[in-house]
Amino acid sequence: MSSWLYTEKVKDHFMNPRNIMFDDEDFQFDAEGKTGNIKCGDEMIFYLKIDPDTLTITDCRWKTFGCASAIASTSVLSEMIKGMSLEDVRNITNVDIMNELGGLPDNKVHCSVLGDKALAEAINNYYRGHGMFEKVHDAESRIVCECLNITEEEIEHAVLEGARNYYQLQEMTKVGTSCGKCEEDAKERLAFYLDKHFGINVCVQT
Amino acid sequence: MQRIYLDHNATTPLHPEVKKAIIESIDVFGNPSSLHEDGRRARTLIEDAREKVAGLINADPEEIMFVGSGSEANNTVLSLVSCSGARCSLHAPVESDLVISTIEHPCILETSKCLKNRGTTVKRIGVDKRGLVRMDDLQQAVSGNTSLVSIMMVNNETGAIQDVERALEIAHASGAMFHTDAVQAVGKIPLDVKKLDVDFLTISAHKIYGPKGVGALYVKKGTPFCPLIRGGHQEMGRRAGTENTLGIVGLGRAVELRASEMKAESERLTGLNRILREGIESRIENIHFNSDPAYCIHSTLNVSFEGVEGEALLLYLDYEGVEVSTGSACASGSLDPSYVLLEMDLPIEFTHGSLRFSMGRSTTREEVDYVLDVLPRIVKKLRRMSTVYGGER
Repeated sequence: MSSWLYTEKVKDHFMNPRNIMFDDEDFQFDAEGKTGNIKCGDEMIFYLKIDPDTLTITDCRWKTFGCASAIASTSVLSEMIKGMSLEDVRNITNVDIMNELGGLPDNKVHCSVLGDKALAEAINNYYRGHGMFEKVHDAESRIVCECLNITEEEIEHAVLEGARNYYQLQEMTKVGTSCGKCEEDAKERLAFYLDKHFGINVCVQT
Repeated sequence: MQRIYLDHNATTPLHPEVKKAIIESIDVFGNPSSLHEDGRRARTLIEDAREKVAGLINADPEEIMFVGSGSEANNTVLSLVSCSGARCSLHAPVESDLVISTIEHPCILETSKCLKNRGTTVKRIGVDKRGLVRMDDLQQAVSGNTSLVSIMMVNNETGAIQDVERALEIAHASGAMFHTDAVQAVGKIPLDVKKLDVDFLTISAHKIYGPKGVGALYVKKGTPFCPLIRGGHQEMGRRAGTENTLGIVGLGRAVELRASEMKAESERLTGLNRILREGIESRIENIHFNSDPAYCIHSTLNVSFEGVEGEALLLYLDYEGVEVSTGSACASGSLDPSYVLLEMDLPIEFTHGSLRFSMGRSTTREEVDYVLDVLPRIVKKLRRMSTVYGGER
């Protein structure tokens, strides 16, 4: 049905989301991770059951206050990760999820990273809870623009919200608009996140 | 699958009679400015439509100018504020204030931002929890410097009917001109521009079962005016460009039909709106109505569902054949939730979980019943997977 906003696969996962955490199921989990904020319009919680010997995910559940893209991409992700090791799961990128779904409109990619982030948080929480602190990926974001205190996370966010070039990135974040020293760094980060989330390879010129 | 269209505030389907009128005129190709017979045929159709539009709002035909959209009409009026050229017919003071509300259509909000950059002082008047523009604040804001006050007649998202009469009184008392964007009001509630004494009023064809790409602007006789689109004598020199004859024919017929259908339809929709509202209220808990029949137009019902994201809700409904709109950020393409609901101080999560039902001439009791059948199931489904809804509440 070409008139549907999304691909058939997105539609299927949206209409019949897999691995939803229902309160009455009483799903036992070893770790949970939350991301987003209801105030921003979306929120996601991932619950993982983990085999402590092999450090693989044996089962998972999730819950969301999110749109169709968030629901579909998290549903697909929840199917992908079963049986995978925690470290392999960490290597799943947004582009992998997109490919699995057969694509999403650009302005919807923002919604699809929600599950990814909640999952990463759940993994971190598992490591923390089991004393494996060296495996925790520090969520604290590096500052790129020292003048205006703009972090990598903010640049990533801007890319997800539609920044496609340095000019747009500056419009959205004000990065590099003060002394300008960080321009090269910011452009490199921009290219990195464009590739990570959209598979766009840009030539970064300074 | 049969579609249930409940998004009439976004646009409306062509009325079959409008379609007929357009088809009957489809071979009229002449330039209405041409003196020969083909030109005169087109001219006759346009002037006939002008009379019909004037008739609906009790204007004189020469007070009606045809434009390309409601947005164009609004842009035209707002542009007058910054117009101060020496040879312009409008001798607005260079430093003049524009007063608008915070819930105007984006074509007013964005244009006012642009005017601000060009030196105009723009004052924005907020709304109360009901979504009604605060008249006290308006009174405070309007001064002898104000050249134009623009307040919409009916809000497109909530259907809140603004106290335009009072706003106009405030504007005129200070010598300011008054404009109202009436695209959601025309053809739904009776309007008399003479009684109202409004200076400018915006009309759009596609909101009242006419075609897209055509609208009209009422300009009271004697009101200073300057065209937005220059370089032609069309529309009495007020809007350059060869007229959209077929669109104008459609608008004329649409308006004519509204005059005869409006009253019965408003009574019918008032009843259906009540059934929908009471039905939602009795079937679904933890909701919040953002529209109230006490001060909102009969065709619109805006409601928020706690713990549910609007875009997901909209798409599940779409799958079930029901077409509505939402104030959720995710559906807007801009990632910003409804500014209208935010201005009403609605908690932001409720803004993301809002739906707007807007009914029209095709809406039936059966359709409303169908919505009441599917909606509770969908809300329940989304709430079961929601991070922010504890089901037992």
